[in-house]
Amino acid sequence: MSTVKLTVNGKAVSVDVEDRTLLVHLLRDHLNLTGTHVGCDTSQCGACVVHIDGRAVKSCTILAGQADGASVTTIEGLAKGDELHPMQAAFRDNHGLQCGYCTPGMIMSAVDIVQRHGGQLDEATVRHELEGNICRCTGYHNIVKAVLDAAGRMKVAQAAE
Amino acid sequence: MGVEGIGASVVRKEDKRFITGKGRYVDDVKLPGMTYAHFIRSPHAHAKVKGIDASAALKLPGVVAVLNGKQIVDDKVGNLICGWAITSKDGSPMKMGAWPAMAPETVRFVGQAVAVVIAESKNLARDAAEAVVVDYEELPAVANVTEAIKAGAPQLHPEAPGNQIYDWVIGDENAVNDAFSKAANVVKLDVTNNRLAPNPMEPRSAVADYNEAEEHFTLYTTSQNPHVARLVLSAFYNIAPEHKLRVIAPDVGGGFGSKIYIYPEEMVALWASKKVGRPVKWTGDRTEAFLTDAHGRDHVTHAEMAFDANNKILGFRVKTYANFGAYMSLFSSAVPTYLYATLLSGQYDVPAIHAEVIAVYTNTTPVDAYRGAGRPEASYLIERMMETAARQLKVDPAALRKTNFITQFPHQTPVIMAYDIGDFNASLDAAMKAIDYAGFAGRKAQAKAQGKLRGIGVSCYIEACGIAPSKAVGSLGAGVGLWESAEVRVNPVGTIEVLTGSHSHGQGHETVFAQLISDRLGIPISQVSIVHGDTDKVQFGMGTYGSRSAAVGLTAILKAVEKVESKAKKIAAHALEASEADIVIENGEFKVTGTDKAIALPMVALAAYTAHNLPDGMEPGLKESAFYDPSNFTFPAGAYICELEVDPGTGKTSFVNFVAADDFGRLINPMIVEGQVHGGLAQGIGQALLEHAVYDANGQPITASFMDYTMPRADDLPSFKLSHTTTLCPGNPLGIKGCGEAGAIGASAAVINAITDAIGKNNLEMPATPDRVWRTIHAA
Amino acid sequence: MYQTTYHRASSVDEAAALFAKGSEAKYLSGGQTLLPVMKQRLASPSDVIDLAKIKELIGIDASGDTLTIKAATPHYDVATSDAAKKAIPAVAYLASLIGDPAVRYRGTIGGSLANNDPAADYPAATLALGATIKTNKRSIAADDYFKGLFATALEDGEIITAVSFPVPVKAGYAKFPHPASRFALTGVFVAQTKAGDVRVAVTGASQSGVMRVAAIEAALKANWAASAIDSVSIPSSGLLSDLHGSADYRANLIKVMAQRAVTAAG
Repeated sequence: MSTVKLTVNGKAVSVDVEDRTLLVHLLRDHLNLTGTHVGCDTSQCGACVVHIDGRAVKSCTILAGQADGASVTTIEGLAKGDELHPMQAAFRDNHGLQCGYCTPGMIMSAVDIVQRHGGQLDEATVRHELEGNICRCTGYHNIVKAVLDAAGRMKVAQAAE
Repeated sequence: MGVEGIGASVVRKEDKRFITGKGRYVDDVKLPGMTYAHFIRSPHAHAKVKGIDASAALKLPGVVAVLNGKQIVDDKVGNLICGWAITSKDGSPMKMGAWPAMAPETVRFVGQAVAVVIAESKNLARDAAEAVVVDYEELPAVANVTEAIKAGAPQLHPEAPGNQIYDWVIGDENAVNDAFSKAANVVKLDVTNNRLAPNPMEPRSAVADYNEAEEHFTLYTTSQNPHVARLVLSAFYNIAPEHKLRVIAPDVGGGFGSKIYIYPEEMVALWASKKVGRPVKWTGDRTEAFLTDAHGRDHVTHAEMAFDANNKILGFRVKTYANFGAYMSLFSSAVPTYLYATLLSGQYDVPAIHAEVIAVYTNTTPVDAYRGAGRPEASYLIERMMETAARQLKVDPAALRKTNFITQFPHQTPVIMAYDIGDFNASLDAAMKAIDYAGFAGRKAQAKAQGKLRGIGVSCYIEACGIAPSKAVGSLGAGVGLWESAEVRVNPVGTIEVLTGSHSHGQGHETVFAQLISDRLGIPISQVSIVHGDTDKVQFGMGTYGSRSAAVGLTAILKAVEKVESKAKKIAAHALEASEADIVIENGEFKVTGTDKAIALPMVALAAYTAHNLPDGMEPGLKESAFYDPSNFTFPAGAYICELEVDPGTGKTSFVNFVAADDFGRLINPMIVEGQVHGGLAQGIGQALLEHAVYDANGQPITASFMDYTMPRADDLPSFKLSHTTTLCPGNPLGIKGCGEAGAIGASAAVINAITDAIGKNNLEMPATPDRVWRTIHAA
Repeated sequence: MYQTTYHRASSVDEAAALFAKGSEAKYLSGGQTLLPVMKQRLASPSDVIDLAKIKELIGIDASGDTLTIKAATPHYDVATSDAAKKAIPAVAYLASLIGDPAVRYRGTIGGSLANNDPAADYPAATLALGATIKTNKRSIAADDYFKGLFATALEDGEIITAVSFPVPVKAGYAKFPHPASRFALTGVFVAQTKAGDVRVAVTGASQSGVMRVAAIEAALKANWAASAIDSVSIPSSGLLSDLHGSADYRANLIKVMAQRAVTAAG
């Protein structure tokens, strides 16, 4: 057992876990942040993506101990109070989700994609960048639309800040 | 009608919880004192279980119990059932082998459970499972139908000699023989429809909770049809009487058919929860999903089509071997028969059809309905046949289809189905226009100049949805009726709850169903809640599959809301001192037509519940229920055309364009309908290019993770161009046909027709992997 | 995952000392291979020693004729590094193709080379460029480093600290991804060195891991052009064969990807 201290969605937390605990299980089982999902065993589906120190990573492929001291943002921490993150709003407005299971990881990856590419996104880039997130419902058509839409919204929001 | 009514692309009410991480899936459920199950599964495709030694595991920390197949049989938990009886051509019933929830004596596929560990945590359960010693005696195994039907093949079940479950026929064999004897041309085709793993992103999960004082079970489960689950668990598996068993399917992360069935893990979780006196949770991992979720497709077919000198179809002859896997899953028997062979007329006027379907056991994961279920196999066969025929007869593939389209409705096919309405020329014309079919030859030449092989492929599909008229399916062997139920509750303040037996696991019912209420009663959808997925809340329902929830489930809601309107009008007429016949509903108000007298819905509702001033003899309250049983199947149809390029150096396919023109009848929410089509197309394209559940000759699965089984990813797929042509379904009052499966049914043939067009060779099996395409290009 | 003990090392020496203490210790860098293997209970290290936060193991230097990537530098940082892109663009490009974006944030060059997966990308660049693998004990030439599937010249407990790539005249990488796993079904790295040599290394294709292809090297040395490879014949013996790529298909891909790598190299 080890004590892992980290900041999750802006709050400092300290959790005692077995050393073999993956970050995703710390979030789901110990902090009840069940928005982060597990969809595969081979680190491919991306349902578990969260941000660690601002980078989108697969929380199923990092030990809780490796995240000690880090700042973690999960899907639950993305909106500012009642105000949805532009990516969340774009997923809703473009019908970028159906069953919702891949959605949290998809949104967390998509935010990272837009942050890395700024306004330089096109359809082919978005499709390539979503390589690590698998969706079975949407055929990706509306997810791609949502990410491109959000890229525009995030640019506007950034300009306003 | 309003901005949120029928035909409006309203954004989904349910989305907020999903995009903020507040969805509640089964694995999110935590109960006090909960234990965790880990199954011990056979590593062998076929073996005798000689003994199970759990003594070492039981000594490990945190282990609550280790339970095995013999115990579950001794406790009289029933064997798994198949709910549709099929009769062979010789009159004999289908031959079904016994399937206990955990194998007491014999395992017949890799992944079949023999025992389960119950422990204080998931990790501890898995740790302990490794200490359980199972003594297997390996038996010879067989994994594909071609081998399984041979004399001397390993035998799976004593009940099914030769591994044959049934040999079923449909149609008029003599008429077909006559047709072929008159034919000017005969086209022959061999087709394999590749086995698929459904892979909803949420793995299956179950939380079972037994309350000893009440002798009552609660089961949270990843189900598309919780009421059917309760019925089967109660009536056939002897878990508990229905009133002592509550089944809840909360947010469910996709199903595609695979979550229709009641699996061994749910049965074991319930049984174990009573055994250990504590709640039991099981959540599968992805490999378990590959090993135990019912697979789809897996047909081997030989077909022949007879044409006259004018290229009109005279007859169609089909022989299909269907791989059922090691056991008969819940609806497995119906898939390659009544959901497949009854669609073999396609969109065409085929005077004579005869099909024979032989169902075969193999040492593989059981096969059942997966998105489309039988209809993708039929559509793929017909549309590959039409393309092959066009090439052989040297006519344009679209023109050959048009020559043979059914144009008069209703149309009785030779294989049971009576198509009610459609306009196949309209959808094919729309698709051809959208993709500029006429300009293709020029584009192909241009691509050739750049070293690329360009092809175009057409697929005109039809399916039977709105499953299903209960009397009809009952006469064909179904063990259940396939109606749907609804209850509409108007609360005293005028808000509304709609209880439905349909189940949403991504389809957007919470929005679409509310749109109907909004349309009828003129209230915003925010005032309407859709309640589903809980047997304690909804009285009964058949669930969601077969593109049935709008055509059948929503019609049931319409029937209930009509009753509500009728009573509300009586109350309004009484309050307004008008004649009931003069009351109209507009924008949430009950008005006396031609006057300014009106009463708002909340006031009508309040009057119904205060009951101070109701018409004489009227019961208080405003709540009505209805059951709707459709009179016929519905027949969504459409045309898909795909244009693509093949890289001759690598065999890799890239999409240039993919157009879909569908006729789904009336659309309630076009945005959601299009989302359903996108997802279906992705699964159809996935089957054509990427996906294949493969076993080696000994029944060992080769593709049991996303490392080996190719899931469609964003960069494998194009954006789609969709359009709709509409003929309203005459069979239900809303004119709805259903849209959930179309993409998966129609897409595969369009892709393979396009690739074979591009490479100039007609023989190519799915999935058309780069290796396979490259090999076909360079084959002598 | 089996029980294990996690250690975070703050220096290379501390990491080596922790390793020596463990009974079945493993180094953990980005963890993008080791953790999936541990999750599936295919590895059961007593201790995992995290190298990813060791400052001396992170960074990219391009000086003179050498591009040096320190071992715990994530692929993303290599792919986006101006220094790497300027010195050897093909290496930065290769890094941009590894795994997916989330994997590239975590996975490292040291982890990739220590694991030596036969379908990993970095071994192709390392071998084709004749790089030097630096460890806490010595320097190992790429030609001496790769010893077959998942096998390397590393001794027990030895830690890769950096990889130094000699800057070539020209280099290019072309990868045909495995459709499901997105590892290299076949990836070919071609390089023309400043000494006038041509070196070609292939990953994903061979039963014995990353390999050089003498026939293509000879053809390119005679004529640095994609068309020079047209007449080269690649035998399929010794190549991997599986569901997604038969041996003869991989043999074809070696040729086709080599041609595309040459075109990319310019």
